[in-house]
Amino acid sequence: MPLIEAQQLAKSYQAGDVAVQAIKGVDFTIAPASFVCFVGPSGSGKSTLLNMIGCLDHPSAGRLTVLDTDVATLDRRAAADFRGANIGFIFQDFNLIPVLTAYENIEYPLLMVQDWPAEKRRARVIELLEAVGMTDQADKRPDQLSGGQKQRVAVARALATNAKLVLADEPTANLDHDTAYRIIALMKTMRDEFGTTFVFSTHDPKIMREAEVTFTLEDGRLVNGGAHG
Amino acid sequence: MGKVLKLAARNLARYRRRTLLTSALIVLGMVAVLVFIAVSGSFKRLIVGQITDSMLGHVQVHQRGYVASIDNLPLNLNLKPEAVAQVEDALKGIEAVEASSPRLKFGAMFSNFTETTSIRLNGIDPAREAATVPLLPGRVIEGAAANGLLERGTLLVPEILARGMKLKVGDTVVLVATNLDGSVNGKTFTVRGVLAGVTGPGGRDGYLHLEDARELLRMTGAEVSEIAVRLKDPDRLKPAFAALAARLGTVRDSQGQPVFEVHTWEGLSPFANIARMIDLLDLSIKVMLVAIVLISVMNVMVMAVYERVREIGTVSAIGTRPGRILALFVSEGLLLGVLGTAIGTLLSLGIVYGLNVARITFAFGREEGLVLAPTLGGADVGVVCATVIAVAVLASLQPAWKAARMDPIQALRHI
Repeated sequence: MPLIEAQQLAKSYQAGDVAVQAIKGVDFTIAPASFVCFVGPSGSGKSTLLNMIGCLDHPSAGRLTVLDTDVATLDRRAAADFRGANIGFIFQDFNLIPVLTAYENIEYPLLMVQDWPAEKRRARVIELLEAVGMTDQADKRPDQLSGGQKQRVAVARALATNAKLVLADEPTANLDHDTAYRIIALMKTMRDEFGTTFVFSTHDPKIMREAEVTFTLEDGRLVNGGAHG
Repeated sequence: MGKVLKLAARNLARYRRRTLLTSALIVLGMVAVLVFIAVSGSFKRLIVGQITDSMLGHVQVHQRGYVASIDNLPLNLNLKPEAVAQVEDALKGIEAVEASSPRLKFGAMFSNFTETTSIRLNGIDPAREAATVPLLPGRVIEGAAANGLLERGTLLVPEILARGMKLKVGDTVVLVATNLDGSVNGKTFTVRGVLAGVTGPGGRDGYLHLEDARELLRMTGAEVSEIAVRLKDPDRLKPAFAALAARLGTVRDSQGQPVFEVHTWEGLSPFANIARMIDLLDLSIKVMLVAIVLISVMNVMVMAVYERVREIGTVSAIGTRPGRILALFVSEGLLLGVLGTAIGTLLSLGIVYGLNVARITFAFGREEGLVLAPTLGGADVGVVCATVIAVAVLASLQPAWKAARMDPIQALRHI
């Protein structure tokens, strides 16, 4: 049973007077606990595809099911609930909340999205800080952390709610090469440890080799059906 | 909700400069309003106290039609003895009444044997008058009141007349008055004291004993022009007035018309308009406070939303419900309001305390050395605090709504 299944998935949007076809009828499936990468040049549709998988955007045509849910049927609130329950996000710019410490950033979804009780929350945050090697940086705010450290915190935050799926749009784009590798390695370790499916996008050929399954997008179309690395 | 409030408090604590600036604006507005309310209230109470406690009393009862002709001091509209008894009975039945004083008001010619002028006079029962308008004895600026305010055959002369006619305590003067039947009668009196004038109706009247007044006017019955009433609690003026008016309103003449008319001091003194202006100023200052809070909180919250667009996009993407985002920003507005009102109230109480310690004096008309004694009532503080907090919440609603409705994709792209 696939975790994600797309059938003739398409997305178009209006840019001024011009209708842009960002995704043009793609088909793919992603199995649970896999480590998947979407690659392609800028403008190929990677972010649009990840946004649809993440229920941040609706398909214009076709069908997309994530965890047996047709994402097109979710309204704003239902989509938020679905994301909160099932999906974690890692962003290119880290997107940590600047006034919160590393600890508080990881705690945020447990507090504001899933209402975990304090003790359980604390145990989970400490577990994740240890898992991403950030225990000694727990009280630092994002502006006191390096790019790699921020992304570690972001990985921990994405995993905090026991998400079944983590989406990462260009998670290594703002990191140096060594740090980028370490983040990808960390993500893979987390997949192994928690059984979470990781789907990320990149246009870095070296990083894409780390994925177990790679989909290549060009001009909104999949040009391979999911090559296994 | 507790978690949202906690997070909102943390956000405010960490966006410290913005929080302090907004709180300072709210505090400034709160202090301006509360101190103004306290000072203007004190000023109003002092002046109203001067008017009611030195001449008018809190309520007055007349025969119907008397007040419309009060400038002429008409003797034919006096309360007859049986009417006086009815009023006295009614007053006894009202718990709020502390004292009452019958007065016989009339105009007379006043002579020191070399000069003659006109004078307005009040015939009073000295003990009842002092109980009804307790500041009256304090207006005696020359002459001792060792044996009470007045004795038979003596007169309290208004200062303006005493100065103009160069009268001293102990001088003999003559009063000549026209009776109800048109005949004239004269009587000599000794000046017992000189009365300081006060602002308002009756503030420059002379006083004599009620029995002397009746003798001068050759009255056979115990008629009076008015009965002044003092209340135990001036703040309960309206219900006491309503109770008295209701009781006396049942007394009708043969044509079915009410026999009496009842007035509060507000209906008799032009200062009531000044008091209303003070109330209006209070209201204007409150409206300005609302504007200050509305603009400052809204401005801060709009900026907060604008500066935190990516943060909103992030928390929205990770599954925070729109309602929670709304609640977070509204909570920040609420806490700003609470913080501002708490500091503002404490600061205002401190300033009011300082003003009381400083014992600032001021003059009103001819009265000098009135000591400002500002106080802040719980109701005033409560209303202002509730208004500020409500406005702070209201001001944060629009930006909060905008944040909650933000498209996460657009928000995440925001630079």
